[in-house]
Amino acid sequence: MARLHVESTINGEAQEFLCDANQSLLDVLRDELGLTGTKEGCGTGDCGACSVLVDGRLVCSCLMLGVEASGSEVETIEGIAGDEGLHPLQNAFLENAALQCGICTPGFIVASKALLEKHPNPDESTIRYWLAGNLCRCTGYDKIIRAVQDAAAKMSHPA
Amino acid sequence: MESYGYVAPSSIAEVLAVLNESTSAGQMTQVLAGGSDVLVQMRMPNHQPRTIVDIKKLAETNRLEVSAEGIYIGAAVSSAVMNEHQGLRKAMPGLMEAGDLIGSTQVQGRATICGNLCNASPAGDSIPALIAAGGLCDIATASGTREMPVEDFVVGVGKNALQEGEFLLGVKFAMPKANTKDAYLRFTPRTEMDIAVAGVGVRVSVENGICTDARVSIGAVAPTALLVTSAADALIGSSLDEAALAAAGQACKDSASPISDKRGTAEYRQKVVAVLCKRAIAIAHKRALEN
Repeated sequence: MARLHVESTINGEAQEFLCDANQSLLDVLRDELGLTGTKEGCGTGDCGACSVLVDGRLVCSCLMLGVEASGSEVETIEGIAGDEGLHPLQNAFLENAALQCGICTPGFIVASKALLEKHPNPDESTIRYWLAGNLCRCTGYDKIIRAVQDAAAKMSHPA
Repeated sequence: MESYGYVAPSSIAEVLAVLNESTSAGQMTQVLAGGSDVLVQMRMPNHQPRTIVDIKKLAETNRLEVSAEGIYIGAAVSSAVMNEHQGLRKAMPGLMEAGDLIGSTQVQGRATICGNLCNASPAGDSIPALIAAGGLCDIATASGTREMPVEDFVVGVGKNALQEGEFLLGVKFAMPKANTKDAYLRFTPRTEMDIAVAGVGVRVSVENGICTDARVSIGAVAPTALLVTSAADALIGSSLDEAALAAAGQACKDSASPISDKRGTAEYRQKVVAVLCKRAIAIAHKRALEN
């Protein structure tokens, strides 16, 4: 079958791509568009490494077909940093050593960004529940939680 | 069929036409809503290619209506969208609890309760809650829509009552009165991201301290979620006192026919389902009194 032509907005830019009907958004991002910041962990929606925002909604890109992104706005880890530099969450992850191997990190940062947009000052319990779908097998979660709290504090009271 | 196809019709008639034509041509189709089960199944070894029929572009499946006339949750409404609806949270807190237990924030951004229902897992958390809430399936067929109580919709492990060429448009409910409230409780070894060992959905109506109506449904303790009328009978007419709750719990235990697996033995599940029943009724009772 002919490949499907899809138009969507990715990280603020209009994009067109061709994909197979059964190709996940994750595979489209990585293999068709070269946006390899989004990682594949499990491929079954359990680990959150492939987290992206679709029309502002946090989703696993492995649980969505590429063709379903037609007409949608997709934001990936590549779109998190602005022209002025790293996003406060990215800085906080660095400063708090909230990563080791880094495979889970893009998913955590995208998920945390969605969290802080909805809950600018989340308590620890809210952070832990929100991020329960993101698995990290290296650091343990405390440093990640602290990084999110740190970023939340800096974002609500910019220096 | 050698490769997958994808269509996203914009009307019920178009969906039905695609389903009908594919059936006539001997080709397989898969209706797609949130995709949190379907995409995983598509990656299973030897999964046969088929035409994916995305039903998220229909106005009908995107309906999310809460009014005095009733409640309608379309098949394309994600758990996240559902949970953000304040009116729905107030009217059916138990159903919201169940939806909120299914998967992570990410999964809830896509997953739908109608998909949970169609997937027909014995442990699907929303199913006992939908049954307890008195949900009616709104099914699109070639000759118009037909309705079916949720408790009749799941007919076996992974099997639903949809005939070839039909699809689920949404679920609807009468608007619960202020004195009628639901609750859902499940037990899992972990607090998040786990599959139910047992689950209980209940709904009670309380007038002048007496339970005037009740619905109790149990999940993960039989091939399908079950409506336990004997448990409801034990509650109706009582003051929801300890004896009535114990009798309802016992009725749930008696109705359960669980399996033993890594999450729990059959004996354990029967014990837990009775406890969950009592606790869920206590929560629903408290909610009914608060309104």
